[in-house]
Amino acid sequence: MHAFANPARFLRFARPLTTWSLLIGLALALAGMAAGLFITPPDYLQGETVRILYIHVPAAWLGMAGWAGIAGASVSQIVWRHPLAAIAGKAIAPAGAAFAAICLLTGSIWGRPTWGTWWEWDGRLTSMLVLFFMYLGYIALVSAERERGGEGRIAALYGLVGAINLPIIHYSVLWWRTLHQGQSITVTGSSIDNSLLWPLPLTMIGFTCLFAAAVLMRMRAELAEAKVEARMRRLSA
Amino acid sequence: MNPWPFVIAAYTICVLVTAGLLFWALASMRRAEAAADALKRR
Repeated sequence: MHAFANPARFLRFARPLTTWSLLIGLALALAGMAAGLFITPPDYLQGETVRILYIHVPAAWLGMAGWAGIAGASVSQIVWRHPLAAIAGKAIAPAGAAFAAICLLTGSIWGRPTWGTWWEWDGRLTSMLVLFFMYLGYIALVSAERERGGEGRIAALYGLVGAINLPIIHYSVLWWRTLHQGQSITVTGSSIDNSLLWPLPLTMIGFTCLFAAAVLMRMRAELAEAKVEARMRRLSA
Repeated sequence: MNPWPFVIAAYTICVLVTAGLLFWALASMRRAEAAADALKRR
């Protein structure tokens, strides 16, 4: 990671990676969504609504992975003062918030025909909503610190402390058994039949690549803005 | 209850939010890199 402490070196690697992430992500996400919509059979219990799985699960994973990324960037910023860590955290936040919002909205839409309600203050739903608000708080904190000319250390601490919500989201379906179903996909296997499961890796990898592309594009934008700001300061001095 | 309007609504939201995020990130990157290049040429 320290190899990319130099922004010029990071950009040499980020430029081609942005294009490839975008192209691979678009191809896989579109293929997975098309397969989930038109090829897989309906579920014996949930019928056609099970198709929401192919977008809801990647969105939930990316909403959580985004905060794990922010926490990792925060550690890197606090411990090693990595020059790209604050930029990475700032770039991850909007993408994480967008996917947390997709997860909440698609989950609510899935809940109406399945559970008979749009929303329930269930452990999983509530902890995911908390994560979404934490993203908004992080974005506001980063921008407030930037206006004050700070290094973003308060936001980094907030990002680190906020990671406590990740195991709460993950284990919420085991700790509070209410409406949301338990874990159907674990490291050891899945309770979902293969005829329904196979497009899920396509959308998981596809949306992860799109998430990575969005983060890389935001990091490049932040680096270019910092360059302009530094140059303007030098010219006015 | 017809499930298809729910499925279509969920996919539409997912596609619109993802596309919005990518377009915003791409536009901000292009704008910022163009400004940095223009300043370098000055």
